[in-house]
Amino acid sequence: MTQQLVLYPLLLQMFLSIVLMFCWRKISWQRVISIIGSLINVGVSIWLFSYIWENGTQIVQAGSWKPPFGIIFVADTFSATMVLLTAIAGLAVSSFSTASVVTARLKFGYFPIFHFLLLGLNGAFLTGDIFNLYVWFEIIIISSFVLITLGGEKAQLEGAVKYFTLNILASMIFLTAIAVLYGLTGSLNMADLALKVAAIENRGLVEITAILFLVAFGIKAAVFPLYFWLPDSYHTPPSAVAAIFGGLLTKVGVYALIRVFTLIFVGDLFLENIILIIAVLTLFSGGLGALVQNNLRKVFSYLIICHIGYMIAGLGLFTEVAIAGTIFYLIHDIIVKTNLFMVGGLVFRIRGTNSIRDLGGLYSEYPKLSLLIAIPLFSLVGIPPLSGFWPKISLIVAGFEAERWWVVGAIIFASLITLIIIAKVWAGIVWKEKVELPKRLNFRYFSKLKTIRKAQMIAPMVFLSLVSLYIGFGAEHIQQVSSRVAVELIDNQQYIEAVLGKQETIDNEE
Amino acid sequence: MEVILAILIGVLYAAGIYMILRRSLVKLILGIIILGNGANLLIFLLGRVVKGSPPIIPADSDVFQSVYADPVPQALILTAIVISFGLQSFAIILVKRAYKVVKTDDLDEMNAIDKDS
Repeated sequence: MTQQLVLYPLLLQMFLSIVLMFCWRKISWQRVISIIGSLINVGVSIWLFSYIWENGTQIVQAGSWKPPFGIIFVADTFSATMVLLTAIAGLAVSSFSTASVVTARLKFGYFPIFHFLLLGLNGAFLTGDIFNLYVWFEIIIISSFVLITLGGEKAQLEGAVKYFTLNILASMIFLTAIAVLYGLTGSLNMADLALKVAAIENRGLVEITAILFLVAFGIKAAVFPLYFWLPDSYHTPPSAVAAIFGGLLTKVGVYALIRVFTLIFVGDLFLENIILIIAVLTLFSGGLGALVQNNLRKVFSYLIICHIGYMIAGLGLFTEVAIAGTIFYLIHDIIVKTNLFMVGGLVFRIRGTNSIRDLGGLYSEYPKLSLLIAIPLFSLVGIPPLSGFWPKISLIVAGFEAERWWVVGAIIFASLITLIIIAKVWAGIVWKEKVELPKRLNFRYFSKLKTIRKAQMIAPMVFLSLVSLYIGFGAEHIQQVSSRVAVELIDNQQYIEAVLGKQETIDNEE
Repeated sequence: MEVILAILIGVLYAAGIYMILRRSLVKLILGIIILGNGANLLIFLLGRVVKGSPPIIPADSDVFQSVYADPVPQALILTAIVISFGLQSFAIILVKRAYKVVKTDDLDEMNAIDKDS
């Protein structure tokens, strides 16, 4: 029963997508199946997480081929945490989609594709084979292409062309990197690669390969200077799609960066410096970009870029405290960013516009909703004791310990910029006096929706806000998880031993 | 053989990137296709090109007798080809739709999203 546990989240999502495809025309069925399936998925993911927490890293080897041959799935604490977060964000977005995405879009297979996207995400988090990671990335991007173009509006198609080109380019670079790595080592298994890359004499060639991986994952993660596709495309699709993109898609890039640069390419000062410089520039450019935007969802898009910088900075510092901070930030960020884009969608439903200049007066009309919106917004800034506060402490402490003052300065500067932006957004949409807008014909305003649909929109936001509050107030538990992940990542021998077994053979050869 | 392949791969990468940098949407697609072919050939080359010895163990033996062609890169290339085929067909449809809606082939004129701030 538990032997194949690692595969259950994958199999469940695939099963869901197939069932949903059979209900192609029955939209109301799809809504119900998607929500129930996502609930089960949360259950399975919690099961997987608690099993890993108790029993340590688990592996499933396809066809029982002995590693390093064949495709392997590995669930360590990091992977299990990411799968759990995907399940939570997936449940929220699934419920939010049922109400906020218009039926015309749902008719073109929104839900099946949505679950294929989650399948790809789970696969990318669980695989232990570098080429298999490439395949999961392709599943993710092809699902996201469909989701981003669904509806076919002019802005969407233009955004999709940019999104598409950059993502395909990233895949090609990733494939090139895999080719070079295979040429160097003759292996694809990540644990085996870790051993073989460490033994290569020609470090220059290894560094070039590492840079190829950095560029490929950097495009996906939207780091400076490879981020420009993101603010051009993330505000075009429906807000439910933007929520799952903003919450999870860039984080897959971050996950892959962390995995590859803690397991395969470790301990290279040159690379660490490059990563740190990229992180600082990402923090600056994302923050300053968000400052000048007026479109609410573009502001949020730039904030995604800005906050990727924190995680990359933690990776660049590469101490246990820094990695723990990165993981904590990742946990916090997935929940908050998903919630934030749903807030954007809700505000759009209420007023019919995304322009901060034309918004306002939310507090006088919907005081309780405004309070709900306050939770993700202020968690994002990290006003203590909300969730964004704790990881920044770890990152700043790590920066001080490493005596890299410029990184610490950039982290504090980016927090300040975020605070200014969030204050501007909050004042603009909640406190400012209401601007009278001409009523849009045929627009489903929030006040006109049925109560059940309203509940389906609000419930996921309440749910994610509660999770955010838990991350903030129960920070001790999250810190435990992130510390354990950090210990596992820093000491990559644990991962290698879990996959390849004790390395007596290697020692004998030496 | 290796040298010819290496030069060919270099030309394919250069041509692909050059085409992607052009302003036309159609050339963009062509660039992506060429780049994809370059990447596939690169896997083939780096998997070591071995002539005339397929990875087959003779009937009277349990192990390989001599140098053999590594079958893994070929499996990888096959997977990559299938994936890029799917992506390219999507890309072509997307470009056609974008051309119909935006009514231009010029990427510089695709800037409606920059205006609606």
